[in-house]
Amino acid sequence: MTIRQRQTLWAYTFLLLPLLFFLIVRFLPTLSAFRLSLYKYSILNETKPFLGLGNYSRLLGNPVFHKALINIGLYTLIGVPAQIVLGLLTALLLAQVKVFQGLLRSLYLLPYITPVVAAAWIWQWVFSLQFGPVNTVLVLLHLPAQNFLTSPAQALPTTAALVVWQNLGFQIVLFLAGLAAVPRSLYEAADLDGASAWQAFWGVTFPLLNPTIVFSVVTGTISFLQLFTQVINLNFTDQGGPLGSTLSVAVYIYQMAFGRFEMGYAAAMTVALFVIIMFITVFQLRFLTRKFEY
Amino acid sequence: MIPKLMAPKPMAPARPPFQPSRFVLYLLLFLGAALTLFPFAWMVLTSLKPFAELFSLAFLPESPSLENYQTVLAQTQFGRWFLNSLLVAGVTTLSVLFFDSLVGYTLAKFEFPGKNLIFLLILATLMIPTEMLIIPWYVGVVDLGLINSTPGAYFSVMFPGLISAFGVFLMRQFFDSLPNDLLEAARIDGMSEFGIFWKVALPLVRPALSSLAIFTFLGNYNSFLWPLVVIQKPELRTLPVGVALFSGEAGTQWGLIMAASSLAVIPVLIVFAVFQKQIIEGIVMTGMKG
Repeated sequence: MTIRQRQTLWAYTFLLLPLLFFLIVRFLPTLSAFRLSLYKYSILNETKPFLGLGNYSRLLGNPVFHKALINIGLYTLIGVPAQIVLGLLTALLLAQVKVFQGLLRSLYLLPYITPVVAAAWIWQWVFSLQFGPVNTVLVLLHLPAQNFLTSPAQALPTTAALVVWQNLGFQIVLFLAGLAAVPRSLYEAADLDGASAWQAFWGVTFPLLNPTIVFSVVTGTISFLQLFTQVINLNFTDQGGPLGSTLSVAVYIYQMAFGRFEMGYAAAMTVALFVIIMFITVFQLRFLTRKFEY
Repeated sequence: MIPKLMAPKPMAPARPPFQPSRFVLYLLLFLGAALTLFPFAWMVLTSLKPFAELFSLAFLPESPSLENYQTVLAQTQFGRWFLNSLLVAGVTTLSVLFFDSLVGYTLAKFEFPGKNLIFLLILATLMIPTEMLIIPWYVGVVDLGLINSTPGAYFSVMFPGLISAFGVFLMRQFFDSLPNDLLEAARIDGMSEFGIFWKVALPLVRPALSSLAIFTFLGNYNSFLWPLVVIQKPELRTLPVGVALFSGEAGTQWGLIMAASSLAVIPVLIVFAVFQKQIIEGIVMTGMKG
């Protein structure tokens, strides 16, 4: 047996179980989701009639699904810029301090490791109309108390704020690492050229942070588009409410598949979500990634 | 890139576009941290308030009591849920550590036909949203009759997390930076291929393993959607699912809800206190994966 044959044999021995895993737990279920989306499929019914693209045309005319799509768009448009700007600002401040830097970074990171379920219930209590500290402060300042999570207009931004609160520490750590990787010599060169602090930021720091920002935009977008746990737990008795104002596509899929057992229809929604996520990701990678030469 | 990751540089102060005075700087940073931590403080303080004080707007409880905790522990199977979560997170973490490093090592250090295709296919699975998989998974475990037996239910909760494509990617990068000579030397000494992986290569990537371990553990411990869908019996719930359903039923008993939330946060806080360094390095590695 040649060395190469021996290597191939060992490689496939090592890969056998993992490849079976990826086949059975990832690829076949993906194909299965596509197939289910063509049927009127429910585990409660014996008959599973073939519908062709019927589920998809039903989806196109479903106002609730449209609402959920708009909502995840809003979550993304609010949440992604907010967590990047706040994360970058905090990281820029934090990078300037030596004493307490580690401590502060850890404090900011605490919400990130907190189980979402607990975080969501804390959030409800903090923003509750009558007993929440946020409204207590507003009243003390002679401002009108707000409904926040019980108002159809404010519930979505309040939900996005929860996600931002949880993700902030992660963003700070990412940006601190990105900032630490910027070579000092570039700042010295900028200084010699008489660049102002702002010019140095836009000319040196920002372009060199491009990989971190792209990463943050892409992963942030994917997670906001799939938002689920926060939405469910912020309004447990009226999931996605009030009046569907916080409903995300993932929550709608969950309700359709496991509340109403319309699994074929729900599968069609997952296919739509998959296509949307893929399209947006490719688009973002294509238009945000910049190569900078120094 | 990899050696830098293994030994992160001390944070060089980047030049910021604004340079407030030291005092303003610390003021802003501690204010931000206080705002970040405030919800936690409010949770713990509320959980210590007896029912009569619950809706008073005072920050500190007047007569703090543990009655909410006692009620939660008496009314729920909290201990069991906690153990369930530990079991699920523990098993999936061990499995991910073993298989992800084995696959990462194979893809980094072996030459064989199909290697690039396999790597690309594994990476492609990262793009599949979980929502898309849970319906077929659910149909599958129901068809196999797994959902109603206890071992079957545990297996059902765990199986999607047994190998992680992200971990494969991470471990491949780390094994890539190991010198081949070392592995060749072991080969000439007559070591088996698995022995080389297990005894020579694996100990050299320990920092990556510990970060992968802590992230996998936290991710599976906190995981919500799939356990919520697949677990039927109350005693088999994982902690997040148990807490969510308990709180959902508790209505406006906020003292109990906050006590349950505090109990859910405590184990994670302990893990964080012990493994902070690995968590932070793990985030940095994630960000550098591009």
